[in-house]
Amino acid sequence: MSHPHVKRVIAMIKARLLEVVRDRSALAWNLLFAPLLVIGMATVFSSGPQTVAKVGVLGDAPLIPATSPFLATPAVEFYRETDAEKAIAKVQRQRIDLLLDLNSSPPRYWLNDESPKGRLLQQLLLAKQPDAAAQPVTGARIRYADWLVPGLLALNIMFSSLFAIGHVIVRYRKSGYLKRLNGTPLRAVEFISAQLIACLLLAVLVSAVIFAACNALLHLRMEGSYLTLLLVTTLGSMTMIAMSLLVSARISSEELSGGLLNLISWPMLVLSGVFFSLDGAPVFVQNLAAVFPLTHMLDAARAVMLDGAGIADIAKPLLILSGMTALFLALGAAMFRWTQD
Amino acid sequence: MSNVLSVRELQKHYPKVQAVNGVSFNVEEGTCLGLLGPNGAGKSTTVEMLEGLVKPTSGEILYRGKPLDADYHERVGMQFQNTALQDFLTVRENLEFFRSLYQHTLPLDELIHACRLEDFLDRDHRKLSGGQRQRMLLAIALVNNPDLVFLDEPTTGLDPQARRNFWELVRAVKARGTTVVLTTHYMDEAYLLSDDIAIMDQGKIVARGSPQNLLAEHFNDSVLELPANEVEGRSIDLPLVHREDRVEIFSKDVNGAVRKLLDAGLSLAHLKIRPRTLEDLFIQLTGKELRA
Repeated sequence: MSHPHVKRVIAMIKARLLEVVRDRSALAWNLLFAPLLVIGMATVFSSGPQTVAKVGVLGDAPLIPATSPFLATPAVEFYRETDAEKAIAKVQRQRIDLLLDLNSSPPRYWLNDESPKGRLLQQLLLAKQPDAAAQPVTGARIRYADWLVPGLLALNIMFSSLFAIGHVIVRYRKSGYLKRLNGTPLRAVEFISAQLIACLLLAVLVSAVIFAACNALLHLRMEGSYLTLLLVTTLGSMTMIAMSLLVSARISSEELSGGLLNLISWPMLVLSGVFFSLDGAPVFVQNLAAVFPLTHMLDAARAVMLDGAGIADIAKPLLILSGMTALFLALGAAMFRWTQD
Repeated sequence: MSNVLSVRELQKHYPKVQAVNGVSFNVEEGTCLGLLGPNGAGKSTTVEMLEGLVKPTSGEILYRGKPLDADYHERVGMQFQNTALQDFLTVRENLEFFRSLYQHTLPLDELIHACRLEDFLDRDHRKLSGGQRQRMLLAIALVNNPDLVFLDEPTTGLDPQARRNFWELVRAVKARGTTVVLTTHYMDEAYLLSDDIAIMDQGKIVARGSPQNLLAEHFNDSVLELPANEVEGRSIDLPLVHREDRVEIFSKDVNGAVRKLLDAGLSLAHLKIRPRTLEDLFIQLTGKELRA
């Protein structure tokens, strides 16, 4: 390895990887956290989301009984759907129990013949609106665990990327290690590149191990290509790492960096649809979720794993993640400081 | 001898502090410049500017006649007082890591031998003693075979034996022809290692020269020291300077001063007579005592 820039980046990556691998407690926690969470959540919520029936409604009419007497059915959650194609796919995957189109007259509805709750809702609908026209679809139900695993993998990547990079750089700066490195020929861009690559390697590797462990335990649904999923994981990790580099670009207080990283991660955790679908959530919540990279990473990963989406199908979230990565990296590099201000 | 470093009218202003206020000096090749000063004198800021880590507000630093450039850090080495390193790495791994950052380096074996690291080479650097750690940090400062090395209070906190061992290493570094800029709080260290000394106070250099010349320029007397409790309540016909636990008498006529002490009825069992030291000069110039 003769080129000095490459040599320095590789040396920095190697040193960082050695540090991570030898910090056995942190590494074990990273590897065990997600599988344990998957098992726990899948056990607790395996029947949770299905206990209340969920019906998507196409059309602009208000979701009140005056629009359709079926909308007065108790213990059923009605929410608005705007994209018929996507909504029908949800019926196929049994992510919702029934889809009702109030734009047509008589109203049409889609149900999955293999869904017991769908058939029950059909009886209730026909009792109130006998002229409703059935549009049957078929498809196996997606288990909660299948739906949850992409979320937890993305969550693990988010936490490990944000905190591994953010905390480490702030710690390096606070301890004076960055100052020492600044006294060598190492350039800021080389240091940042090395941190990004080291963290990316770890995030992807740890995600692969976790995925394999979850798959061995739960026999996960995988409709799409592993390579496409790897692309999503890599790009999503890069976005999170770049975001963390931006946060840690110049601060030297671990308390402040912890606060900022929590400020970023917790809204993503709650609003990006890791544990529960955002279908039916208020529009402003869905718009807010679109700001978070975790949302796009999750949408893409679930589309690949559950719907068999290819790269063209997930081009939009991939482009958004690429744009965010470029923006965060540019800002982070411009703001980076070796020492405390 | 040529100048490795030339500093002209160096200034550094922070929003509320003028840390360095017009400092000028040269550092000749193969010499050791000792930079002394009380806390807040501006020596750390000066050294950080010389190291290329802090940008001066104004003034000029020339390395071998040219402004500091991107390659400067390829040519110099530095050891901070508190150098942090990456966790979980051994001494050998740290040396290999820092060697990877430079284009031209000393062989690993040579570094290990020069800084006597053989006994703890594969130990986690966090488990080293103070002296071992400073030897490792010196080795890191030398990985690129620098022709100029900055040592910032390298022996602070070390026991006397470890300090003496470290001085031997610094002498060996000098013997290789490496130029050294040393900041220290220890006057004996500065006296023993420095060819040239600059004493800073309030952002300026207040004295400059070889240790011997500085003492000769400022003093022509000796110091008589007595425990403070032995002098208490006695009438002595000599000017006394009270320190914390002792009294000092500065006199060109030592025999005469001793006679006066005897006349005052003092026991001379604990009397110490010594020549002036750098510490005396330091206190005289800055009004501050560095260390007891």
